[in-house]
Amino acid sequence: MSDPATNTPETEAPGLDFDRDIGNFHYDTKYEHDAGVGLRPETLDYIADVKGEDDWIRAFRHKALKIFESKPIPTHWASKDLEAIDYDKIRYYLSTGQRPTRSWDEVPDDVKKTFERLGIPEQERKFLAGVEAQFDSEASYSNMKEELAKQGVIFVGSTEGLMEHPEIFRKYFGKVIPAGDNKFSALNSAVFSGGSFIYVPPGVKVKQPLQAYFRINAENFGQFERTLIIADEGAEVTYMEGCTAPKFETTTLHSAVVELVALKGAKIQYITVQNWSANVFNLVTKRGMAMDDAEIKWIDCNIGSRLTMKYPGVVLRGKNSRGEVLSIALAHDGQHQDTGAKMVHAADNTTSTITSKSISIGKGRATYRGLVTMPKHLQNCKNNTECDALLINDNSCTDTYPAITVRGDGNSVQHEASVSKVSAEQIFYMMQRGLKEEQAMSLAVNGFVNDLIREFPMEYSVELKRLIELEMEGSVG
Amino acid sequence: MSALEIKNLSVRVAGNDVINDFSLTVPKGEVHALMGPNGAGKSSLAKALAGHEDYEITRGEALLDGRDIVGMEPDETARAGLFMAFQYPSEIPGVSIANFLRAALTARLPEGETLKAPAFYKELYRAMDELKIDRSFTSRPVNEGFSGGEKKRCEILQMSVLKPSFAVMDETDSGLDIDALRIVAEGVNAMRGPNIGFLVITHYQRLLNYIVPDKVHVMHEGRIVKTGGKSLALELEEKGYDWLKSELTPAEAG
Repeated sequence: MSDPATNTPETEAPGLDFDRDIGNFHYDTKYEHDAGVGLRPETLDYIADVKGEDDWIRAFRHKALKIFESKPIPTHWASKDLEAIDYDKIRYYLSTGQRPTRSWDEVPDDVKKTFERLGIPEQERKFLAGVEAQFDSEASYSNMKEELAKQGVIFVGSTEGLMEHPEIFRKYFGKVIPAGDNKFSALNSAVFSGGSFIYVPPGVKVKQPLQAYFRINAENFGQFERTLIIADEGAEVTYMEGCTAPKFETTTLHSAVVELVALKGAKIQYITVQNWSANVFNLVTKRGMAMDDAEIKWIDCNIGSRLTMKYPGVVLRGKNSRGEVLSIALAHDGQHQDTGAKMVHAADNTTSTITSKSISIGKGRATYRGLVTMPKHLQNCKNNTECDALLINDNSCTDTYPAITVRGDGNSVQHEASVSKVSAEQIFYMMQRGLKEEQAMSLAVNGFVNDLIREFPMEYSVELKRLIELEMEGSVG
Repeated sequence: MSALEIKNLSVRVAGNDVINDFSLTVPKGEVHALMGPNGAGKSSLAKALAGHEDYEITRGEALLDGRDIVGMEPDETARAGLFMAFQYPSEIPGVSIANFLRAALTARLPEGETLKAPAFYKELYRAMDELKIDRSFTSRPVNEGFSGGEKKRCEILQMSVLKPSFAVMDETDSGLDIDALRIVAEGVNAMRGPNIGFLVITHYQRLLNYIVPDKVHVMHEGRIVKTGGKSLALELEEKGYDWLKSELTPAEAG
C-alpha cells in the first residue's frame, strides 16, 4: 500500500479541506467483517447477519437485488462508461467490527489517523453540531452536541436508526426513493450499509450543521450508504457531507441513496461536496419530499470522481412548498459530471428553482439533465431553471438535456441556459495586470461560480474557492 | 537609464508588418503623446509592448528601465512595471474590481506571501478618494455592463493602485464624452510625477487639452515621422493628417 509519508497533508488552511490530493493516502486496516468479492444473495445475508437485522429488512434487500438484476444498465441515455463497472469484482461490505463510538479516543487507531488527517475532529470542535464519520461500510464515530439530544434530535448511523428507532425509520424508509426507482437505487437497497439517520422533532431548529464524512479506504470496494433525514413540523436542519478516497488503480463504486422528508413548515438544507478520486464511479440517488409550507434545498458540488450521475430532486407534495437545487460541477480531463435536478410539482402554489453551473476543463465533460413536471390540475406552480456552462479549453465539452413537462394554464416555467468560454482577450487583459495565466483562468472560473458559492456556508466557500484554484493548475498551456 | 526605450522595433501581425524600425524613448517623469491616422500602427505598438501573442516582434528591443521586455509573457511585463490602459477593456463576470486588484497585487508579492486586507483597502480607498470614485464602485464585477466612461474610470483606478513605472494609454479617449475624457485626464495628471512615464496614444488632439504632453510624436505607416512639442498637436488639429502625408510623400519618393 502507498506510503502515507509521501503525501503530505496541507496544513496551512484549517477548516474544511477539499484539495484533490488531501484524500490521497491510505493506512492499512484490519477488517473483522468482509463479505468477500461479488454480489450474490448470500452477500446480502452476510450483511444482514453481521448487522443482526430483522426479517423485513432482509426481505427488502433480497427483493431489491432481484430488481437490480432485472434492470438494464441505462446506457440508452447515460454514459457507456457504466459498462466498465464489474459487479463481480467489488467487495460489498467491509468493517472493522466496531460499533460507532461517541469519542474519538475509542475509534481504532488506523481509522482515527485517517479522519484526523482529513481534519474531521478539528472541524467538529469548530463549527459543527454533530459528526458522523463513515469508514468503508460502517460509521466509526458518531456524536452530537448534548443539548440537541436533550431536545430529542436523533443523529445516528442508519443501522442504529433502524434498530433503535424503528417506529420512525420504517415509516419513511424507502418511501421517497423506492428500491425500484432505478438500477442503482436497487443496488443500494440490496447492500446498503452506513449513512445517517436524522430525526428533528417538531419546532426544533438545529442552528449549526450536522456533518457526515464518507471515506472509502479499501480497494475494489463499493460504498453504499443510506441516509434518511426527517424534519418534523416546523423543524430546521442543515446537513453537510464530504467524501474522499485514495487514488487506486482499480475502479471503486459509490452508490448512495439519500431520502429527505420535510413535514409541514420544515426546512432541510443538504450540502454535498463530492471530491472523490478519479477512479470512483459515483452513482447516487437523492430526493426529498416537501409537505405543506416546507422547504428543501440541495446544494450539490461535484468536483472529483470518474463518472458522477446525480440529480437531486424534490417532490413538492404539500401546498406552498419550495424546492431548490444549486449545483456546481467541475469536469476535468477524463471526468464526466452528469448532474442536474428533478422538480416534481404535486400541489398548488409550489415553487422550485434550479441553478446549475458547470465548468469543463481540458477533455472534461459536463452534462446537465433537468426534469420539471407540473400536471394540468395544479394552479400557480412556478419553476425557474438557469444552467450555465463554462468551457476552458477548445476541446472541453458540455451538453444540456432539459425535460420540462408543464400542463394547464395556471403554471409557469422559465428556462435559461448559456455556454461561455474564457476568451483569449480576457486572459490577456488579466495577465496585463500581472496575473499568471493559471491565476487568470482560475479567477475567471471563480467569477463564474461566485454567486453560487456565496450560498455555501463560509467554511465551505473558502475551501471551494481554493479547490477551484488547485484544479485550474496545469489546465492551461 | 530610467526610461522606456524602444529601439528599432518591428512588429508583424497575421503576416503583415505593422511596425517598422520604430524607435522612441520616454524618460521617467515625462508624458509623451503618440498621434497618427487610423492604421498608423499606434495600437499595435501598445499591444506588442504588452506581449500580446498575436503581435510578433521580429526585430528590435524595448527596454523598461534597461530591461528588455521583448519575448516576456504579458504578466511578466506587467510585473516589471508596464501598465497598459486598454482601448476596449475586457469584462470579467463575477469578479469584483476589489478582488481583481487584490489578486493583481498578490501576484506581485514573493511566493507564499499574502496581502494584508486592511493595508489593501486603505490603499484602495486612497486611490478612490483621489479619483473621486464612489466606494460602491469596486464591489461591481470588472467592466461588466459598464458604460464607456465607467470602463475608463476602472482602468485609471487600476493604474493608480498598481503604480506602474510606465503606462501606455491605448486610445483611452476613443468614444468618450467630454466628462469621461476629464476622468482619464485627471487620473493621468494626478499620477504624473518623477516616478512614472506616460505614453498617451490618441487619434485626436482634444485629449491633449487636458493632458499637456512634454513631447508629441506623429506615427505613420509603422514609424515616427515627426516629433515636436505640444504645439505639434495643435498644428495637426488645424491641418489634419493629410498635411503630414503630403509633406512626407516627396521626401519618401526622394
